[in-house]
Amino acid sequence: MRDPVSKVAKSMQPSGIRKFFDVVAEMPDAISLGVGEPDFDTPWHIREAGIYSLEQGRTFYTSNSGLMELRQEISRYYSRKYGLVYDPKNEVFITVGGSEAIDMAMRAMCDPGDEVIIPEPCYVSYVPCVALAGGVPVTIPLKAENEFRLTAQELIDAITPKTKVLMLAFPNNPTGAIMDRKDLEAVAKVCVENDIYVVSDEIYSELTYSGEHATIAALPGMRDRTVIINGFSKAYAMTGWRLGFAVGPENIIPQMLKLHQYAIMCAPTTSQYAGVEALRNGDGDIAKMREAYNQRRRYLVKQLNDMGLECFEPLGAFYVFPSIQSTGMTSEEFANKLLAEEKLAVVPGTAFGACGEGFIRISYAYSLEELKEAIGRIRNFVDRHRH
Amino acid sequence: MREELLRLIEYNSRIELPELATLLGATEAEVANEIADLEASGVISGFYTLINWDNTDEEKIDAIIEVNVATGREVGFDTIAEKIYKFDEVKACYLLSGSYDFMLILEGKTMRQVANFVASKLSPIEHVTGTATHFIMKRYKDFGTILGEKKKDIREKVSF
Repeated sequence: MRDPVSKVAKSMQPSGIRKFFDVVAEMPDAISLGVGEPDFDTPWHIREAGIYSLEQGRTFYTSNSGLMELRQEISRYYSRKYGLVYDPKNEVFITVGGSEAIDMAMRAMCDPGDEVIIPEPCYVSYVPCVALAGGVPVTIPLKAENEFRLTAQELIDAITPKTKVLMLAFPNNPTGAIMDRKDLEAVAKVCVENDIYVVSDEIYSELTYSGEHATIAALPGMRDRTVIINGFSKAYAMTGWRLGFAVGPENIIPQMLKLHQYAIMCAPTTSQYAGVEALRNGDGDIAKMREAYNQRRRYLVKQLNDMGLECFEPLGAFYVFPSIQSTGMTSEEFANKLLAEEKLAVVPGTAFGACGEGFIRISYAYSLEELKEAIGRIRNFVDRHRH
Repeated sequence: MREELLRLIEYNSRIELPELATLLGATEAEVANEIADLEASGVISGFYTLINWDNTDEEKIDAIIEVNVATGREVGFDTIAEKIYKFDEVKACYLLSGSYDFMLILEGKTMRQVANFVASKLSPIEHVTGTATHFIMKRYKDFGTILGEKKKDIREKVSF
């Protein structure tokens, strides 16, 4: 028989961290600081809107680009938050989570050999999505001393004549880093000068703790060279609804939509109705969750620094990214031993790129009580292993 | 910090000062001063414990009572309210808009005790023109807390 598997599929490396995840899954008594999703339930009024849409028999496809109502709400959101104008007809479309939007953006923008610059550590899907689209991922190892922000110089050093896209993801998973307007201005200037497009994954944009999130799309010259990816998962605690979107210029979005139409048809209808309610009446929910995250964040940063696991102050998302270099262990050793000895799961920094070596990702999408228990275990572990 | 502090301790008054300071990103002295201020100015009026008496052996019954009153030239709502809320049995007393004037939450050991209070203490108060008593049969949610609810974390233990 012929080999049924394509070369492309075979060439995709399964994530090395999966083995670790499997071990965790088999330890029912283990506790975890390893999740990448909110601990809050989707607010009831949003769930209720989804339920009501089902009661009303809204069980059909929506248009490929998603409910017009929802696209209008998204358009309004960008106008009121950032002063950015996107036409709901052909500059906004609804996806199955931010993940799909990342995939579609890469497929729509990469020709074979085009280079996509990806600062690491970062979310795990960027590199494979670029590769699947035929592009060439070029990673930049971001530095702890810069608080894991991308500097203009680092970007300039990575640019070649083949560079087409910069994949930007702030607030960042796994580091919790943000880039403020000043940081972005320096990067935007380089993009404009070198004719580089930006795909900006802003899924954590509502979770910043030192003022409002800044988007690169709002900077001079950037609106027409930026695709913003966002969604409902993190802001409204809606991960399981699989609802995201992309906004951008009309020479890119309709091309992404074309691919989406063949691959996906449309995002789940129930989720789209829930999304309308979230955007219309969900500001208060976000404020409440943000305040809780912020308190937990302050608690963790203090506790970790006190026990000698150095970390900079992460100002976004719900992750802390402490250095574990003082223990002399690698990230994976640390995570494996912590799990074996203290039954606590954290994600090694290397899961998010080689430059995550020496760090672990700790999520604070947990109640304060759970964080206290977990911090106790980390402290025991670190005290035992420090030399 | 003031409003965030209040929101934090509204549902958990037992958080200790050092922890409050960490959570709020302030110093202990700042938080202590703020709390002292809030107590002095009456914003913080007391500290309570949310008890689900249904899970104890203690016999207890609460009732919500609607009260209609007739105010007069010299007798306003405040005066009449005072005559009512001074009774220890009255746990809460509110002036309402709508079809009746006051709403009381009354605490007693038995239904009969509550009924006696209404008949012999509340109704005879001058200016009280009518009452309607509703006994609370079951408490599902109190002070923003769903009683008896244990949340289970059903998320995948690790995810990107």
